[in-house]
Amino acid sequence: MSKTGSAPAMVTVLASGSLATVQDLGRPGYAAIGVTRSGAADVPALRLANRLVGNAESLAAIEATFGGVVLRFHGATLMALTGAPVPADVDGRAIGMNGPVWVDSGAILRLGIPSSGLRSYIAIRGGIAVQEVLGSRATDLLSGLGPAPLSAGRELPVGPAPADWPSVTQAPVGGLAEVPILRLRPGPRDDWFEPDALQTLCGHAYEVTSESNRVGLRLAGPQLRHRVSRELPSEAMVRGAIQVPASGKPVLFHVDHPVTGGYPVIGVVEEADLAAAAQARPGSRVRFRCLPGLR
Amino acid sequence: MTYPRILPVGRSALLVELADLDAVQALHHSLTTDHIDGTTEIVPAARTVLVAFDPRLVSAELLAEAVRSRDPAPLSRTAGESIEVPVTYGGPDLAAVAELAGLSEQEVVRRHSGGDYRVAFCGFAPGFGYLVGGDPALRVPRRETPRVRVPGGSVAIADEFTAVYPRDSPGGWQLLGHTELELWHSDRPNPALLAPGDRVRFREA
Repeated sequence: MSKTGSAPAMVTVLASGSLATVQDLGRPGYAAIGVTRSGAADVPALRLANRLVGNAESLAAIEATFGGVVLRFHGATLMALTGAPVPADVDGRAIGMNGPVWVDSGAILRLGIPSSGLRSYIAIRGGIAVQEVLGSRATDLLSGLGPAPLSAGRELPVGPAPADWPSVTQAPVGGLAEVPILRLRPGPRDDWFEPDALQTLCGHAYEVTSESNRVGLRLAGPQLRHRVSRELPSEAMVRGAIQVPASGKPVLFHVDHPVTGGYPVIGVVEEADLAAAAQARPGSRVRFRCLPGLR
Repeated sequence: MTYPRILPVGRSALLVELADLDAVQALHHSLTTDHIDGTTEIVPAARTVLVAFDPRLVSAELLAEAVRSRDPAPLSRTAGESIEVPVTYGGPDLAAVAELAGLSEQEVVRRHSGGDYRVAFCGFAPGFGYLVGGDPALRVPRRETPRVRVPGGSVAIADEFTAVYPRDSPGGWQLLGHTELELWHSDRPNPALLAPGDRVRFREA
């Protein structure tokens, strides 16, 4: 790829908020050797952010958790902000969400606190070009693979600008639901639970507790009781799996989930609804809707 | 119960439940050496093999049928890559394991290094393989209190398994010794030295 225009060499992190990481589409295909896919928690938001600056959708961007990120750009470039709606300014001038924004060299981007949702994405034309690990630049918080979470003073290289330019100036994006509905398919271990467990899970709102993160959403609500008391030999887990330990409190596994687990999975949330789960703040509620099983 | 039992895992995976670990290893070997079109990932575990697939390329029903028709024979002893791991025995739990097993420390070392192991599955951390095939006399429980930090390269046992910790991490297994081999390297074509299906022997260094 050749450089077109004045591609910036890097950005400097001046502040990282509560947690900011580099994310792309992750590293699929390595679960058998103990590596989870990882990558952006809100995949459509990452893809959109990349498209808005003319990048391939798979390039790496910054995932800001609850805003607070401050960046300085070295070199004029195009950036875009997607995901959780967050007030932001460049050198004190407010910028909007979901559209490309031109920034001058030396400019400083400041994110405030999102008005709703949890994770916002900052894409930069050319993508964040830290070293790949197993074909991905994603930070996997569980295994520690990929770049360390961002901290003040960190300099991030930016890749060569792509040949393409974005064709839109604003993408229409719907708001986030106050109580998102997560569709799930029963199984593989719904038969390990009391017969009314799925009904309980889908009949009540569950609160996203403060122990939630990229590994999983720990949920508080009516308990889901096991019918089988023997131990489950460890088995492979997938993103979206709702694992229920003996406590009866469900955990919705998200992008950095462990590749195997020893508690039964009552159902698996549709991949398309995991973005909504990624935007559910601690203290907010989610609802589940059961889809017909495949058995 | 009749096996294999095939269970749905969302829209794009099936969980194949099998009678025992031998059947898991046989099916894993079959599915990884003779690929079914549309499958994206094969993840073995203790009694199951997860078969992830692209629903645009194959349906769950057709895939389940293809898996059922496999019915693979048990693995031959020579199937899979063979890896030798040199171990300096004398780990911090060697004496405790000897006592639990009612054997001398030398006998523990002799029996542990005498086994033909196979990596059944990975989990816990990148490159952490659960090896089976060890001497049943060395079947000991985990430590009552896990260690906050187990050094990478530690050769350890717990229950029916042996493992080598790929890097420093917390851990509750009984530490028999240490190897200098690099268990995990992200830049290698095969980052995990010990991957499912590999055969392993431990040699006293």
